[in-house]
Amino acid sequence: MTELAHRTIRPLGTRRKLLEMQGIAKVFNGTVTALQGMNLELNEGDFLSLLGPSGCGKSTALRLIAGLMQPTQGRILWTGGQQKGDLGVVFQEPTLMPWATVAQNVYLPFRLRGQGFDTVRSRVAEALDLVGLSNFHDAYPRELSGGMKMRVSIARALVTGPRLILMDEPFAALDEITRQKLNNDLLAMREKIGCTVIFVTHSVFESVFLSDRIVVMAPRPGRVVREVQVDAPYPRTMEFRTSATYAAHAQVVSEALAQAMGEPA
Amino acid sequence: MTLADDRAAAVWDAEERARARAARVEAVARWLVPIAVVFATLGLWQWFVVANEVPHYILPSPVRVWQQLVEDRAILGDALLVTLRITLMALAVAVIGGVLLAILFDQSRFAELVFYPYAVILQVTPIVSIAPLIFIYVKEPTARVLICAWIVAFFPILSNTTLGLKSTDHNLRDLFSIYGASRVQRLLFLQLPSALPYFLGGLRIAGGLALIGAIVAEYVVGTGGAGSGLAFRILEASYRLNIPRMFAALALIAVVGVAIFALTSFVSWLFLRKWHESALRGGQ
Repeated sequence: MTELAHRTIRPLGTRRKLLEMQGIAKVFNGTVTALQGMNLELNEGDFLSLLGPSGCGKSTALRLIAGLMQPTQGRILWTGGQQKGDLGVVFQEPTLMPWATVAQNVYLPFRLRGQGFDTVRSRVAEALDLVGLSNFHDAYPRELSGGMKMRVSIARALVTGPRLILMDEPFAALDEITRQKLNNDLLAMREKIGCTVIFVTHSVFESVFLSDRIVVMAPRPGRVVREVQVDAPYPRTMEFRTSATYAAHAQVVSEALAQAMGEPA
Repeated sequence: MTLADDRAAAVWDAEERARARAARVEAVARWLVPIAVVFATLGLWQWFVVANEVPHYILPSPVRVWQQLVEDRAILGDALLVTLRITLMALAVAVIGGVLLAILFDQSRFAELVFYPYAVILQVTPIVSIAPLIFIYVKEPTARVLICAWIVAFFPILSNTTLGLKSTDHNLRDLFSIYGASRVQRLLFLQLPSALPYFLGGLRIAGGLALIGAIVAEYVVGTGGAGSGLAFRILEASYRLNIPRMFAALALIAVVGVAIFALTSFVSWLFLRKWHESALRGGQ
C-alpha cells in the first residue's frame, strides 16, 4: 500500500468541500423533468448514498456529476476545478472489456492517458490486491463470477486514486450473500485508501450500512427530500448490521423514503 | 474450464458415466461420420457406374475422375493457381476496402449517407449483369475478374464491420468519455475490438463469395488462354464433351471452397478463442 493515494477521512462536519451542485435541473426532451432544484454539497471523505425509487433522478444526478450530460439549469462546482482523472466510475454492470485480461482492464484509465503498462504495473497490481484478486491478473472476464467481475470494475475505478468514485447501483444484480461480502469489502477498501464515494442505491439497508450521509430522493419530478446522517463509526462490521443504531437509522430512512413516495409511514 | 472449478471426488453414478461415454463417442464421431459419409457416397457412385456400365461421357466414376485429375494435373494445376490467386486477392482487397469504408462510415455520418446507397446498389445488382460492362471498360484481364470478385465479396465485410463498430457496450462508451478518450483511442481500444467478432463473421461469408465472384466472372469473360482459371477449364471441357475433366475441375473448386472456409474459420477461432462465446465450446 504505497502508491495508491491514501487520504485520511475526517469526522463528519470537519470535512473540506469537494464539489457543490447548485440549483440543478435536468429536463429531457423539453417535457420530462428528471431532476429539479437539486442542491448538494459533497465533502472529501463522504460516503454519500443517493437513495430513492426508480425515476427519482438519482442516476441522472450521477451522470451529471460524471459530465456525461449537461444540466438544464444550475451548475456543478468542483473545489479547485475539475481535472481529468478526478473520477472513477462503477456501473450496475461490471462493464469490462471481454477481449482484455483483468490486468489490462484495470490498466484502461492509464492507457487512455497515454501511460505505458510498465510504468503503472505496480499500481495495477496494488489495486487488484486491494479488491482481493491478486491471483487473477491474466484471467479473462468470462472466467470470473459476477462478484469477481464487479471487483475488477472497482479496482479499475480506484486505480488512479481519483478524488471521487461514483457507483451506480453496483451490487444490485448480485445475490444477497455476494452483495453483503462486497459491502464489507468496499468499506475495508475505503478505510485503506480514504476515498470519497457517491453511491446510488434503492436499498435502505445497503445505504445505512455503507454510508455516513444518505440523501433521500423522490420521483416526479426528481428531487432531494431529506438528508439523514449515519454517525456510527467505521469500521462497520457484521455486528453493526444487528445493532440498535443500525435499526434506528434504517427506520428513519425508511420513513423518509415512504414520505417521499407520498405514502403514510 | 472455469476458475471456480472444484475438484470433486471420483464418484461416478450411472447417469454421469453415460454422459461421459456419449461425450467420448461424440468426439470421435464428429470427424469419423462426415468422412465415412463421403467415402460411402463415392463407393456408391463407383458401384452405380460400374454396375450399369454408364459411359464416362455421361457420368464418369470417381476413379475415372481421379485418373483425369492426375492426367490433367499440369493444366488444372495452373488453372487452380489462377483461380486461387484471384480469389485471395479479391478477399484481401475486400477486407482492406470493407474495413476502411466501415471505419469511414463510422467516423463520418455524412460519408455514410453519401456512399452507403452505392454500396447497397453494388450488392443487390447481380454480378452477372454488371460483369459485361466491366469487361468493356477494363482492359487488363486479371483486373476484370478481380473487380467482379471484389464487388461480390466486400459487402459482407463492410456491413458486418459497420454493425460491429456501432455495437459497443454503452457503459464502456460512457467510461471512455469519462476518462477523456480521444476519437482514435475510442476506435482502437473500444470499437475495433468490439467489431472483431462481427468482422470475422463477415470474413467467413466473404471468403466463399470471393470464390463465387471469381468463378462467375471467368464464366462471363469466356475468353481462354494461358491465364485461364478453373471456371474457364470447365467451360472448355464442356464444349469438348470432356465430362471427366469437368468433374475434376469441379472437385478442385469444391476443395478450394472448403479450404477457404476452413482457413477463415481457423483465423476466427485464433482471434476469439480466449474471450468470445462463439469460440468457446460448452463453457465448462
